[in-house]
Amino acid sequence: MTALKIAMTHTAMHKIRVHAMEAYPEECCGILMGNEEAEGKEVYDVYRIGNAKEENRTRRFLITPEEYRRGEAAAAAEGLAVMGFYHSHPDHPARPSQFDLDHAWPWCSYVIAAVEQRIPAAVKSWVLKEDRSGFDEEIIDGIETAPGRLVRERAAISKTA
Amino acid sequence: MATKVLIPTPLRTYTGKLESVTLEGNTVGELLQKLTATYAPLKRHLYDDTGALRNFVNVYVNDEDIRYLQKEQTRVSEKDTVSIIPSIAGGRSV
Repeated sequence: MTALKIAMTHTAMHKIRVHAMEAYPEECCGILMGNEEAEGKEVYDVYRIGNAKEENRTRRFLITPEEYRRGEAAAAAEGLAVMGFYHSHPDHPARPSQFDLDHAWPWCSYVIAAVEQRIPAAVKSWVLKEDRSGFDEEIIDGIETAPGRLVRERAAISKTA
Repeated sequence: MATKVLIPTPLRTYTGKLESVTLEGNTVGELLQKLTATYAPLKRHLYDDTGALRNFVNVYVNDEDIRYLQKEQTRVSEKDTVSIIPSIAGGRSV
């Protein structure tokens, strides 16, 4: 089996790390915006979402259906689509928990950013196995591009298509 | 009577990338049954082992969550649009 891969701009990666740091010691969450290309998913930007959980926010996050719709619309306005979601694990490794598994959607990439004592640590990406028995890790590749340039190019292409 | 069902991005991998499908049925439950009969791998992601809709799967008729209507017995007409909308939950181990 070939390794699973996801490509992310440095801008998207930076925004996830900053969000994770700002939300510490609580969990942050958001939507990965991009497109699915022949080589796999490409994430150009992220859409921040406020953690809708009212309790246990240091170890739980929730994106409501209303927020999901808003994120989807924000992505569509840029000519992009939802490629998955990100959240942080404060003082915990960047690997999915049983709770993540129980609530996971197929196909989506789940990017988890570890934060240790407010310092951004490992960022890893995961995809649900088809039989829901666990996750497979995706290799995160960087997309070498100036911040925002690729997003604007993609949006322009999709608007003229 | 056919009703349009909007498919969210995470599930389009099972519907041949279709963003919506039109299905025959009088209730939301009948539409979802047709959907999972047509695209069988969808079933395990929409329903748990007891056959209940998973709690992070939200189904709306137009703009109304079926939890506040008659759940899966909610009646639909060809004028309605049914949407499957994800909510996303997770977090680190306790």
